Amino acid sequence: MPSFVVNGIKKALLEVQDYFKFLGQIARGLTSRPVYFRDIVEQFEDIGLGSLTVVLLTGTFTGMVLALQSGITLDKFGARSMVGQLVSASMVKELGPVLTALMVTGRVGSGIAAELGSMMVTDQISALRALGTDPVRKLVVPRVLAGIIMVPILTIIADAVGMVGAWLITTTQLKVAGSVFWNSVVMGLYIQDVWMGIIKPFFLGFVLVTIACHVGLRTSGGTQGVGRATTNAVVGGSVAVLIMDFFVTKLLISLMY
Amino acid sequence: MALTEREQAMLEPRPITESDDAVIVFDEVSLAFDEKVILDRVSFQLLAGRMKIILGGSGVGKSTVLKLILGLLKPDGGQILVNGRRVDDLDEEHYMVVRDDLGMVFQDGALFDSLTVRENVGYKLFEETDIPIEQVDGRVKEVLGFVGLDEYFLRMPSELSGGQRRRVAIARALAARPKILLYDEPTTGLDPITAVTIDDEIIKLRDLEEVSALLVTHQLRDAFYVASHEAVKEGGTIKCVPASPEKLAETTFVMLKDSRVLFEGTLPELRAATDPYLQSFLS
Ligand SMILES: Nc1ncnc2c1ncn2[C@@H]1O[C@H](COP(=O)(O)OP(=O)(O)OP(=O)(O)O)[C@@H](O)[C@H]1O
Ligand SMILES: [Mg+2]
Repeated sequence: MPSFVVNGIKKALLEVQDYFKFLGQIARGLTSRPVYFRDIVEQFEDIGLGSLTVVLLTGTFTGMVLALQSGITLDKFGARSMVGQLVSASMVKELGPVLTALMVTGRVGSGIAAELGSMMVTDQISALRALGTDPVRKLVVPRVLAGIIMVPILTIIADAVGMVGAWLITTTQLKVAGSVFWNSVVMGLYIQDVWMGIIKPFFLGFVLVTIACHVGLRTSGGTQGVGRATTNAVVGGSVAVLIMDFFVTKLLISLMY
Repeated sequence: MALTEREQAMLEPRPITESDDAVIVFDEVSLAFDEKVILDRVSFQLLAGRMKIILGGSGVGKSTVLKLILGLLKPDGGQILVNGRRVDDLDEEHYMVVRDDLGMVFQDGALFDSLTVRENVGYKLFEETDIPIEQVDGRVKEVLGFVGLDEYFLRMPSELSGGQRRRVAIARALAARPKILLYDEPTTGLDPITAVTIDDEIIKLRDLEEVSALLVTHQLRDAFYVASHEAVKEGGTIKCVPASPEKLAETTFVMLKDSRVLFEGTLPELRAATDPYLQSFLS
């Protein structure tokens, strides 16, 4: 093997090892004192409320486009009345969690990496440590908590507005009665689907926030480094969200279905 | 609620002790980043209540020395002692106790830009102790008054000038009454007049509060000013006057070059030095 490939693999493995060490630190921060309550509240607000607009928009338009597309497909089978079923199944199980997580990665992940990254290059992280504060407890733990609680909540909101968007299109464009649509929505959902739709975003929120924090806290190289960290957090976070989604889905299917 | 012993120590002036114990010891400390050797068996000591000024060109490792003392970096070899306790092998959690004794003024300040001046200066007392808010605010006002910035209580760091930021950084380092202060280029990049006001504060802390200090700088003018002046109380006011010979001997210089200690001694000794590099550095 050429040496740059070997070196690349080595570097990647070291990075992964580092990431797992970081997860260990987070676990310790989550389970012992001191806890910085004010920062936790702040992050819940920042990550939750801050992402609401973008999640509402993506949810609604995804639901609308799903209804349009399913309408065309179902017309081939003369089954237009089943639009609701298709929309609810794909929205709740897959698109709601994944799209929400991706949007949060774009908005929150980049913000976290930029903020922690610039604190890193201006010695503010060193200053925190010099003043007796563990940056993981003070900065990372609140963001991780906000991520794992707020991403599921945002996902439920995206699912809900997606359904409303689909209803709007189904009744106005596809001329299906509202009651028929909602009946079909309920028929399309099994309890396992709902569980899957709620459990998955918990994991997605965790990876996207921890990756952004990890990347942010490893920033070096001045302003340029902050730019790089921000890009890496979004790219790394998005890819990780999709990979995590696959594995958690696989695990949940084997456990629940 | 009663304050703990640790919290008491942060609020009350310490009795001045006349011990000559070393508060910081560097014993053959080495450090390399990857292949690049930064420090090669560097040794020096800082005695209680004294000041040591670390000189050296850009990039020789002056900031690195301070970061090693704070435990932000770990040495590859040698020993570091703070207040008689070996610290180079401590883990992050145990280091937090050591840092209670240390106040650091970072190069460029490193103020938290999302917090106000008040929250910056009182950070440690607000976040890491249970001292009541009113008492913390009292202390914050006191140290801000000391650096002449009482009116800037509620400003954000972005609304301050470079010199003001540096003074806030000094106030933040002072707030929890550390026994040892570490200054990293506190006057670099400031105009001479602002620099002298900061130098005066550094002198006052050394002479009137008996804080031990390491001062890192490559601004010779400030280094010489700080070494050659002392603070005296005259009536109600504090003045900085030319130092007596005894006082002059209490501040020593360390010159770093090529990862080693090139010179160690007092200001008169430094002026008399014949080493060609020293002479070119001084001229
Ligand atoms: N994290 C790091 N990784 C690699 N090299 C570093 C790192 N930090 C510092 N260095 C290198 O170590 C050397 C010493 O850095 P240091 O910041 O201690 O210099 P300095 O004496 O404080 O310089 P200045 O007067 O410019 O502040 C420099 O050459 C720098 O390039
Ligand atoms: Mg420096």
